[in-house]
Amino acid sequence: MLFTEVVSPVLAVNPVTWARSQMAFTLAAHIILVPLGVSWAFFTLLANYRAIRHQDEAALALAQRWSKYMAVTFAVGAVTGTVLSFEFGLLWPRFMGRWGGAFGVPFAFEGLFFFTEAIFVAIYIYGWRRLKPWTHFWTGVPIVIAGVFGSISVIAANAWMNDPSGFTLNSSGQVVKVDPMGVIFNRAMPLQAAHMVVAAYIVGGFLIASVYAMGMLRGRNDRYHRLGFLIPFTVAAIATPIQMAVGDSLTRWIYTNQPIKFAAIELVPQTRSDVPETLLGHLNANGTVSGGIGIPGMASWLSDPKTGTATVVQGLNTVPVDDEPTIVQINTVHLSWDIMIGLGTLLFLLSVWYGLYWAIRRDMPRSRWFLRIAAASGILSILTMEAGWVVTEVGRQPWIVYNYMKVEDAATGNTGVWITFVAVVLLYIGVGVTTILVMRGMSRRFRQDGGFDEHDTPYGPAEPLAPAPTPDHRDDQPVAVP
Amino acid sequence: MSTAVAVILFVGVTAYALFGGADFGAGFWDLVAGGAVRGERPRAVIDHSIGPVWEANHVWLIFCFVVLWTSFPEAFASITLTLFVPLTIAAFGIVLRGSSFAFRKAVLRTRDRRNFGAAFAVSSVIVPFCMGAVAGAIATGRVPAGGEAGDPVHSWINPTSLLGGVLAVVVVAYLSAVYLVWDARRADDVAMVEYFRRRAVVAAVVAGAVALAGIFILRADAPFLYHGLTTRALPLVIASALCGVASLVLLIRGAHRYARILSIGAVASVVLAWGVAQWPYVIPETMKVSTTAAPSGTLEAILVAFGCAVVLVLPALGLLYTLDQRSLLPGEGAETG
Repeated sequence: MLFTEVVSPVLAVNPVTWARSQMAFTLAAHIILVPLGVSWAFFTLLANYRAIRHQDEAALALAQRWSKYMAVTFAVGAVTGTVLSFEFGLLWPRFMGRWGGAFGVPFAFEGLFFFTEAIFVAIYIYGWRRLKPWTHFWTGVPIVIAGVFGSISVIAANAWMNDPSGFTLNSSGQVVKVDPMGVIFNRAMPLQAAHMVVAAYIVGGFLIASVYAMGMLRGRNDRYHRLGFLIPFTVAAIATPIQMAVGDSLTRWIYTNQPIKFAAIELVPQTRSDVPETLLGHLNANGTVSGGIGIPGMASWLSDPKTGTATVVQGLNTVPVDDEPTIVQINTVHLSWDIMIGLGTLLFLLSVWYGLYWAIRRDMPRSRWFLRIAAASGILSILTMEAGWVVTEVGRQPWIVYNYMKVEDAATGNTGVWITFVAVVLLYIGVGVTTILVMRGMSRRFRQDGGFDEHDTPYGPAEPLAPAPTPDHRDDQPVAVP
Repeated sequence: MSTAVAVILFVGVTAYALFGGADFGAGFWDLVAGGAVRGERPRAVIDHSIGPVWEANHVWLIFCFVVLWTSFPEAFASITLTLFVPLTIAAFGIVLRGSSFAFRKAVLRTRDRRNFGAAFAVSSVIVPFCMGAVAGAIATGRVPAGGEAGDPVHSWINPTSLLGGVLAVVVVAYLSAVYLVWDARRADDVAMVEYFRRRAVVAAVVAGAVALAGIFILRADAPFLYHGLTTRALPLVIASALCGVASLVLLIRGAHRYARILSIGAVASVVLAWGVAQWPYVIPETMKVSTTAAPSGTLEAILVAFGCAVVLVLPALGLLYTLDQRSLLPGEGAETG
């Protein structure tokens, strides 16, 4: 009785907002680890290749250490990914109950790739001293491939929410027929997947490079740091202009297929032509736009350069009242868009700086300002990616399955979600801080000890068991003491 | 086709019980190994037994989830709506365990290792208990049909769920102790062989006692499941009992090799017996496998993915295990080879 009369009312809080917050938070955390899981193996293989080809000691040390950091972030990513699969059911049971037969399909393949990736991460770490150099190199290749296809699978599921296809409904709205190929290869998938995979290489590249840029700013100008910077940064710098092209095509796809998301992105209250590109600014409750800097006709022109500023952009006024996103959601989408484009442009300019300097001087820029911005590029690229993801997700509101099911109809009825939300936030802060501390500790140890030992890493081979103990073991003995 | 997918689902559940279970069990023995000094040696053996693909064992859980939510989406919705609390606790336990796994090997200070070790050990006990409770709730039909929420409290706090939870903890401890005997033997550590052998015997006896008590609990609390276990699934129940008793006898007499296989047999057959006993239902007496299954397109996709896994992942996994079993560097000695 105590439970129903006293405890229950305290716990009874509308779960939709909390479910949404929890999903957003856990996804936002997981998405930081994704680029590392997808792209780090590629950078490692580049260093590994160099090490074998040119007998490059610094490249070898780099590849070995990267493979160990990678194992840590991979293991944490596996955990935060597992939480997401719990949350599909715990937070969105009605969504899964109705759409699981379609939406769930890509995950069957994602599981396959994830398993493969985990196994080869272990084999790769294991093989450093136990396999021949080139054999060992090739055991790293499946990690790269599985990483790319794994993230494509997950994005296929997300793209399906934007462009639901590959199923047939009966008159009562139940899914009665599923075409798995139609689900996986929905129309939103190719561009969205390309956008994410390229983003993974950009964020992974800038993030890893930024650590070595920090090192250089502190005066560590050895070859090890130089390579550690050059390899990921070069990949990211090459990927950045590619991303702008992919992003441009994706936006035009949204213009055609998700006009309301596009209207929110560009802050277009009324359907019209000659729509300005509004930088910053916000939408008011009465449907007017205030603040911001408008570039006349630009949004129309970008939507379809062929028709130029005469291109008509569908406005937010065309949404039926029941299906309207809220003003806050619209402004969130618009602001996130501006952040993504703004920071993306900054990263592009940084890449251009690097590229031009390299073309002329055959070297990386040595100016402190370049290194400072490069040191910030990791965080900036994460923010860019997060902002882009907010555009995708909030831009779909109020729908969870575009035009088929709303978020509020998908959520759990369990009223205690706010408790799990608070707990998840605390737990993830702990995990996040620990991850960084552990990696810093590894870095310090690498600098002090040098050498290579594959046992002290997740997925690493089992440590050989020390001989049975003698009576006088001390508590502070390193290693071998669990 | 729905039958094939249901079988695959149960293969996944069994694999999770065997591989994931042994890992959870190792966490249990870590937890009860005593203080830092007394528990040092057992913990070293436990640590050592944690192989390179260790956390990959837990991919089986994801596997079960994916098969369940694609192939039986309504059942999945009912389960997650009703069993919100135990599943949430299990999820937290898995985060703690998984991140301890990520960090423990990467830190060298004893104090840090012990903290991560504690998080690891405690969650190793909580997770199987919750999973067992969830199984109990499903098996007794306390999860309603049609994507509806059942009683959030009594669905998993009831005699059968309690039995399921306790049995899960005891069984994984038993399984793991038997494996650890094997690992200690490979390391030629006589004291630890004896240490884990004694614990395996105790765990086997306790598991047997809990299972016996379970018969009476199920008869009173879960008539449908009880009926299934005493008819359709009876051969499996008997097989499990025989394997259990035989492994106990071998453990007492010190013949470890067959004890290991028999313990696997005992656990696998008891999990399969659950599946057979509640056939043809996903959730007994309300949701049938054949009628709640997703459209055939989905099921085909699952079968294809499973086929790919058998062709691609299993050989890779085999390669890793092989590499791990042979193969040491000259400096690393031969004791684990």
